Amino acid sequence: MAVLSGTEVEQRPAYPPKNRVRWTASEEASGLALISPTLLYAVALLFLPILIVVAYSFWTQDYLTIDRTFTLQNYRTALGEPIYQDLLLRSLAISLVVSVVTVTVSYPIAWFISFHGGVHKNLWLFLITVPCWTSYLLRVMSWKVILGYGGVMNTGLLSIGIIDKPLTSLLYNSNAVVITLVHSWAAFAILPIFVSLEKVDRSLIEAAHDLGDNKLMSFLRVTLPLSLPGVISAFLIVMIPTVGDYVTPKLVGGKDGVMIATAIQAQFGKGANWPLGAALSVTTMVIVSAMAGLAVLALKLLVRMAK
Amino acid sequence: MPDTPMITIEAVNKFYGIYKALDDVSLDIAAGEFFSLLGPSGCGKTTLLRSIAGFDTPSTGDIRIDGQSVIGTPPNRRPTNMVFQSYAIFPHLDVEENVAYGLKRLKLDAAEERRRVEAALEQVRLGHLGKRRAHELSGGQRQRVALARALVMRPKVLLLDEPLSALDKKLREEMQVELRSLQKAVGITFILVTHDQYEALALSDRIAVMFGGRIAQVATPKEIYQRPTTRQIADFLGGMNFMKARITGETATRLSVETPRFGDVTLDKPLGFNARNGTATIGIRPERLRVLWDDARADFELAGRVVDRHYFGEITHLIVDVPGMEQPLSVSETNNFGADDIPVGDAVRLAYDPDALVALSD
Repeated sequence: MAVLSGTEVEQRPAYPPKNRVRWTASEEASGLALISPTLLYAVALLFLPILIVVAYSFWTQDYLTIDRTFTLQNYRTALGEPIYQDLLLRSLAISLVVSVVTVTVSYPIAWFISFHGGVHKNLWLFLITVPCWTSYLLRVMSWKVILGYGGVMNTGLLSIGIIDKPLTSLLYNSNAVVITLVHSWAAFAILPIFVSLEKVDRSLIEAAHDLGDNKLMSFLRVTLPLSLPGVISAFLIVMIPTVGDYVTPKLVGGKDGVMIATAIQAQFGKGANWPLGAALSVTTMVIVSAMAGLAVLALKLLVRMAK
Repeated sequence: MPDTPMITIEAVNKFYGIYKALDDVSLDIAAGEFFSLLGPSGCGKTTLLRSIAGFDTPSTGDIRIDGQSVIGTPPNRRPTNMVFQSYAIFPHLDVEENVAYGLKRLKLDAAEERRRVEAALEQVRLGHLGKRRAHELSGGQRQRVALARALVMRPKVLLLDEPLSALDKKLREEMQVELRSLQKAVGITFILVTHDQYEALALSDRIAVMFGGRIAQVATPKEIYQRPTTRQIADFLGGMNFMKARITGETATRLSVETPRFGDVTLDKPLGFNARNGTATIGIRPERLRVLWDDARADFELAGRVVDRHYFGEITHLIVDVPGMEQPLSVSETNNFGADDIPVGDAVRLAYDPDALVALSD
């Protein structure tokens, strides 16, 4: 650990006092040494860019130059302009719906693999990752093929006579965005839920049966609460990135499915107003974090009530 | 055996593929009895217990609780409750909520539920820890929570799956005493699964010893210990000196044998006895052999030489070579009279009681 100076060694409390080991030989030091490449990487490529974005959000674009005097004007625009309010609200609503639907759809799959996967658990998990082998873009495009005017869905429904002319409500709206995103994120929701279900001690479920619960009750009172950490992480894993998703709304969202990321992209691109784009990004980040926190609290409350 | 058994197990077999976990098991267990299933791991005792609880279903045969067949009845509708080996304390609930878990379904009014939970916790002396979570409890306390959680349901039968095996020796002995007095207090049938012979002997009214999916012997602790029917049972329950003896006479119930150094004796014939080449296996427990000090005399004596000595605190094991016997005898002697000071190599005289000899099936 060249980063840490020798004086630090001297400042550390000598504990245990008699058997003083050099700090560089301690478990803590080797732990830090092991994570330091990742830590440096994260600081350099995650933390610093965010700092730059935050800094930009308090500056002003002056044609080709940046005016570095502190101002809150960008935030006034981001929070005050009806267009940005609408986009932000719609993004949050879509991501919330996507997360709820994804978790709801993924939970039974994860539950099935964990409880009834038998010796084929790994095969099942492997199969779930198969769609991820193709590019994200391709998967989104294929939903266009499925949901489009002359697409699989419409021709299918036409041929069995449920509809007599192709539906135009399938593609280029927020529903299409939700469907596509749920499909894209399902695998990422199944895995954390599966892991938390695997950790549920099966004798606890037996104990619940022994104490009089039927299968549904033992699920609601034991399995679900104990797998909540997985549900929460699945929820966050889906919700946080979908708020800022840019590709899916652009490709299948149409006018009605535009989300905040499109506006941010516009400010950094055509609009050439980086500070406003930065302010929009920071606003989105803060609101998403708050929403994530609220969602976790709400889920915990829900389970407490079920008890 | 009372005429109305609480539990009847009738010709139960359990197969896992070609592996036979239970092999034609039949048992009657009386109401209010403390019954133990004792055997080494893999002998089928846990499978039998889980079949009574409803977590395993016998491949063939019948299990009746209080006269009702429970085959096909799920665990939640059986009048049994179980204390799991791992205790299975719900980690997301506190102690009181754990104990109240099964009561919630009974829709008791709040005061009644509260009263029953408190009474159950009092019974296992955990009244003061009601708000603790599982991870804040010691092993012994978890054990008590598991007991209270099962007893509060007022089952007809309490099933205990190796409940004390995770505790250290001292605590285990304390819990044994408590478990016994608890059973006396609540008066319901306890079925205990254990691989610890001392636990089974100390707690039970009757013990079923199991090997390889079969029941080898069902009897009171004293009978199992003093009159084991097979060499395997004798060996599993403490030490035993074995010797071959020549059969000189045989009736339906008795066996006359000529032993190498214990003289000619007539013994009870064990169940399922088969003479092999006219010889029988005879056993005597190490503590039934006594060292004769100085010029003390006994009706039945053996002379030998100490070849090894093992000190165990309150007792000493002397390994005594007796001329004419194939194997040296193991003698367990209390240290009151200085058995721990007998030098290896010294000659000793041993006293025994011919009644302590037991004939064993192989």
